[in-house]
Amino acid sequence: MSDLHKEVSELEQKSATAARLFDIRRIIGGLFVVYGVIVTIAGINPSDADLKKAEGVHINLWTGLAMLVLGLFFLIWMKLRPAQVPEGAPGTPES
Amino acid sequence: MQYLAEGLRLPTNGLDYTILAIYFVVVLGIGFAARASVKTSLDFFLSGRSLPAWVTGLAFVAANLGATEILGMAATGAQYGVAVVHWYWIGAIPAMVFLGLVMMPFYYRSKVRSVPEFLLQRFDRSAHLLSSILFAFAAILIAGVNLYALSIVVEALLGWPQWVAIVVAGLFVLVYITIGGLSSAIYNEVLQFFVILAALIPITLLGLKRVGGWDGLSGSLEKQHGADFMSAWGGTGIGDANPLGANWLTIILGLGFVLSFGYWTTNFAEVQRALSAKNLSAAKRTPLIAAFPKIFIVFAVMIPGLVAAVVVPKIGTPGSDLTYNDAIPLLMQELLPNGVLGIAVTGLLAAFMAGMAANVSSFNTVFTTDIWQRYVKKDQPDAYYLKFGRLITAVGVLASIGTAFIAASFSNIMTYLQTLFSFFNVPMFVVFIIGMFWKRASMKSGVWGLVAGTTAAMVNYFVIYKQGIIDIPSDQGANFVSAIVGFVAGAVVMVAVTLFTAPKPEAELAGLVYGTESPDAEEVPEEGDSAWYRKPALLGWGAMVLAALCYLPYSL
Repeated sequence: MSDLHKEVSELEQKSATAARLFDIRRIIGGLFVVYGVIVTIAGINPSDADLKKAEGVHINLWTGLAMLVLGLFFLIWMKLRPAQVPEGAPGTPES
Repeated sequence: MQYLAEGLRLPTNGLDYTILAIYFVVVLGIGFAARASVKTSLDFFLSGRSLPAWVTGLAFVAANLGATEILGMAATGAQYGVAVVHWYWIGAIPAMVFLGLVMMPFYYRSKVRSVPEFLLQRFDRSAHLLSSILFAFAAILIAGVNLYALSIVVEALLGWPQWVAIVVAGLFVLVYITIGGLSSAIYNEVLQFFVILAALIPITLLGLKRVGGWDGLSGSLEKQHGADFMSAWGGTGIGDANPLGANWLTIILGLGFVLSFGYWTTNFAEVQRALSAKNLSAAKRTPLIAAFPKIFIVFAVMIPGLVAAVVVPKIGTPGSDLTYNDAIPLLMQELLPNGVLGIAVTGLLAAFMAGMAANVSSFNTVFTTDIWQRYVKKDQPDAYYLKFGRLITAVGVLASIGTAFIAASFSNIMTYLQTLFSFFNVPMFVVFIIGMFWKRASMKSGVWGLVAGTTAAMVNYFVIYKQGIIDIPSDQGANFVSAIVGFVAGAVVMVAVTLFTAPKPEAELAGLVYGTESPDAEEVPEEGDSAWYRKPALLGWGAMVLAALCYLPYSL
């Protein structure tokens, strides 16, 4: 086995990412829910000028709702399938 | 990057700036939150090889979805029409599938931490050092060019002075990568992927509505530019004239085979994402998962480009003050009300920053593990290399900021340098492919293949094409031909050198070359990896078939 192989394998043993890195789904979900709410509210009562600009489409409303749905999708996915910390992983937080 | 026209200033208001500010806060938050997971240098440079495939896959697409890609491909759409799909369906997909199905087992199992490190294992130190140094330079250059491009767009759209944009964006990238390492870069790329889609999809749909749907769009453009403008292969017969300046053969071989395979399979800024996956199955699936969004992203950049060509028929010509690069900013200004506009601005800035961050986070890895640890300060404890990695990240960002300022005053030199470096990617692919499939390829053949291929591609481009010795209609077409020339020259020289020099001892090739046993025991497949929708072969071939089907409506 080459030196490189040994070195990287040892580092993998000590690595803390698997145990300690937070779940990105929480961030995507959170940000898109916030964005979704903001943009949807902006789109509930559009001014005539805004509507005319967007070719008569309630673009803020639709985009906002779509973002809200995407955000909720990530939060629900995380709830249903929480990330599993590999057993015996080093660096497990002592909580 | 050309200058954006005056008069593209967006009517942004407090709502848009709130959306932008929230994004910047989240970006930093990810950096700080990822900090707890960085304990070893492997955590910092490769996320401890522990990320799930969907995360690395989306980061793989997003790392490429930088500024030059989004604005540049919309510009290509406005200029050349539907032919821009070649960069995706034949240019990217086959290369990504090849990386996942064929090359990834060698990359991932050998446990190399970077693309140059593979060359060290397979060939020798000269090939390793040459590719490491060139990669490090190119990464800083590209990061700087991204930053410069960002500053032009921000100045045109938001009215910030260029230096403010360069320094602010540079410092944000500096903070979140230095603190959180690759995990922070990758997480931000995944987030950016969704934000940029939220920005591009409304622009695409409203743009289509503006010009009367797809039929209205193709009707106007065919009247304006002829039927070939709306077809993928129209006018690409050998000897036919078309604006791209390329025929079907140079498109397939030059763009589809050599250039794209060189970029997608050996560019460490991309491959690094796959190397950070948690097991071989996830590593193989990284570029395959990326292939599916890649197939469809072309619509979200091509359609705005085409719409802009209808809305401003003179775009890009001397009679107009709008350049092709203005296509997307123009539609943002014309179509998006405040709110969605803020999302679009955020998406563009996110894309610029991610494009830069991908280069910085691959630069620090190559500089630390391949150059510093290997040739300068060997055998230090791991904590030393982690600390050094953080330091060199900061140095890299500051160097990119410097490069961006240089680019602002000498933009021609930058274009020239980028062309120069692009020629280095071509022989990389030939060296990898021969190295992975031909056991006999000797230790010295690697570096000579790289040198010969690069030289041949450059001679073809700068001497034979630029001096007019052979006639190729456009820079684009000449690029494709040069790539083919570089590939062939690299292959010939590798074979020739191999015949006269010593092969690598067979024992040292284990796991690096096709037909050798990996020194590792076969890894235990993770539970669920055997599900049919996670089978790499199915994903890969599925992407190929889908890309081929996408061609149909534009080819018949």
